[in-house]
Amino acid sequence: MSAQATATVDQSASQRRRRTTGGGTPTRWERFRRSRFWRYRALYLMMAPALIWFVVYRYAPMAGLVIAFKDYNLGLGIMDSPWADPWFKYFRQFYESPYFGQLLTNTALISVYKIFWGTVPSIFLALLLYECRLTWMRRWVQTLSYMPHFLSWVIIFGIALAFLSPSTGLVNRWLDGVDLGPIAFLTSTDWFRSVLVGTDMWKDLGWGAIIYFAAMMGIDQEHYEAARVDGAGRLRQIWHITLPGIRSVIILLFVLKLGQILEAGFEHVYVFYNPQVYPVGDIIDTWVFRTGLEDLNFSLAAAVGMFKSVIGLGLVLIANRLARRWDGQLW
Amino acid sequence: MGWPAVVTSREDRIVNGGVNIALILVAVVSVFPLMFVVSASLTPYSEILRNGGYVVIPREFTFDAYRSLFAEPAIPRALGVTAFITIVGTALNMVLTMLLAYPLSIRNLPGRGFILFAVLFTMLFNAGMIPTFLVVQATGLVDSIWSLIIPNAVWVFNLLVMKTFFERLPQELFESARIDGAGEFRILVRIVLPLSVPVLLTLTLFYGVGHWNEFMQAILYIRDDSLYPLQVVIHNLLARAQSSQNLEAAVPTVTLQMAAIVVAAAPMIAVYPFIQKHFQKGVTLGSVKG
Repeated sequence: MSAQATATVDQSASQRRRRTTGGGTPTRWERFRRSRFWRYRALYLMMAPALIWFVVYRYAPMAGLVIAFKDYNLGLGIMDSPWADPWFKYFRQFYESPYFGQLLTNTALISVYKIFWGTVPSIFLALLLYECRLTWMRRWVQTLSYMPHFLSWVIIFGIALAFLSPSTGLVNRWLDGVDLGPIAFLTSTDWFRSVLVGTDMWKDLGWGAIIYFAAMMGIDQEHYEAARVDGAGRLRQIWHITLPGIRSVIILLFVLKLGQILEAGFEHVYVFYNPQVYPVGDIIDTWVFRTGLEDLNFSLAAAVGMFKSVIGLGLVLIANRLARRWDGQLW
Repeated sequence: MGWPAVVTSREDRIVNGGVNIALILVAVVSVFPLMFVVSASLTPYSEILRNGGYVVIPREFTFDAYRSLFAEPAIPRALGVTAFITIVGTALNMVLTMLLAYPLSIRNLPGRGFILFAVLFTMLFNAGMIPTFLVVQATGLVDSIWSLIIPNAVWVFNLLVMKTFFERLPQELFESARIDGAGEFRILVRIVLPLSVPVLLTLTLFYGVGHWNEFMQAILYIRDDSLYPLQVVIHNLLARAQSSQNLEAAVPTVTLQMAAIVVAAAPMIAVYPFIQKHFQKGVTLGSVKG
């Protein structure tokens, strides 16, 4: 190897001499030395660690999806495990199982609720911040309302317990006081989704408002002056200038969020749920986790995960196309 | 923001009043739950027992819950794990992100479009939990502290934010440095990074918060409970106590739970006031298409 390398160096050195004297056709090595790629070698070297990481931890797993089409056996490994017969065995197994409808319904419903309750209140908060004439108050409320975004779901689960625990929670003590009795919010199929949506809204109310607020700040102030001259009050200005002014941002974000509809929040649900609420709270991701890593049914779990990723990719692509179309129309 | 000081009409006064009241309400809703948890963690057992649950403002305070929390060996150990992954993980994240973002910010780099597409594609399509688990296992990381750091070493979102920032730096500076014979590494370290302090700070914080809150990778890749990070240990504590429904059985742990939440949230809350404006900057940076 090293002898070969020295040989190449010698060769290129001799060819450089030859080139300076103006003779001969350049070898492949020399062409490479003169190419754009060689000029940027330092940059490629710089990228190498991260690119290798992407290949190993992002692209190699895509190859590992092959186990969705095999009867994966831990002892035999990916290569030696036999092919599933038929190849779509695990996809069919999932499609025919009672989980299929339940998981899709739960995932989509939780997502849609989260999108609604994550959008409308944030827009409203952004409006309030925009209409606030006291700079110090606006700063304070911004600072305080962004804060929950940085708390982990575990912490928020703990906070939820402090309020909702049937034995000690604050809300249940109030309910006790008015004789409505304790409600087991976190283990009740009637309440579980509301708890998820409520905690999601609390976490990201302020954070979600940032982008709408930024969009409002970009509205041309002349519109407001013109409206004032025409005698429009504050509420009319909000309705006729501010909200139309951020319409394209609202639509854009909404469409992009719809593209993520199969991402109902694995960590959020995993931290909050328990076997009592599986019928309403179990989503595709949590089911894949249990089936794969707890029951060790890797092939079925990988097939369901792949189903989700493929549909998800399609949705995101459609969403991006729609978003671009709206973008083009409105700007 | 330069609003004209116009004469206030009656509608103006009503709107201003309504807005201010609503904003105060938002501030209270954002802060009260945490304050309540802090006060619950400081309430003596006896008072919780007497009241039949948590109280908003206890009559006396005690640090007993914190004392017994730290007496459990699991908590200091988990704090150590979390501190390690936060410091080492964030450093590794930042180095890898910088080393990829800088070359990708150079527009005439051959192959840039392809690499960018390959990186972005991982945002649109991922193999999912199980195949990723198999790769993590194959690379020998299962039940190793590195499984909390390496499988998520580069966040595409942060990479794009950094790349966009680098692209907006005055490119003539790099050109003149190149003409002066400076290598790319030197340009990155001496010119690009010093000009990018705000974005570096923001992304360090994003990564740091992610590591401090690390939960998911631990439940995926770690079985050995001496390697659990703080969030997992606290989740186990909360989940265990949740299954006991009656008050008497729960009492020894209820204030302990609240203390655990405070401990997990405290560092975040303590640094938050100083860093929040950087976070906000990061979001608006990220929203600009690169």
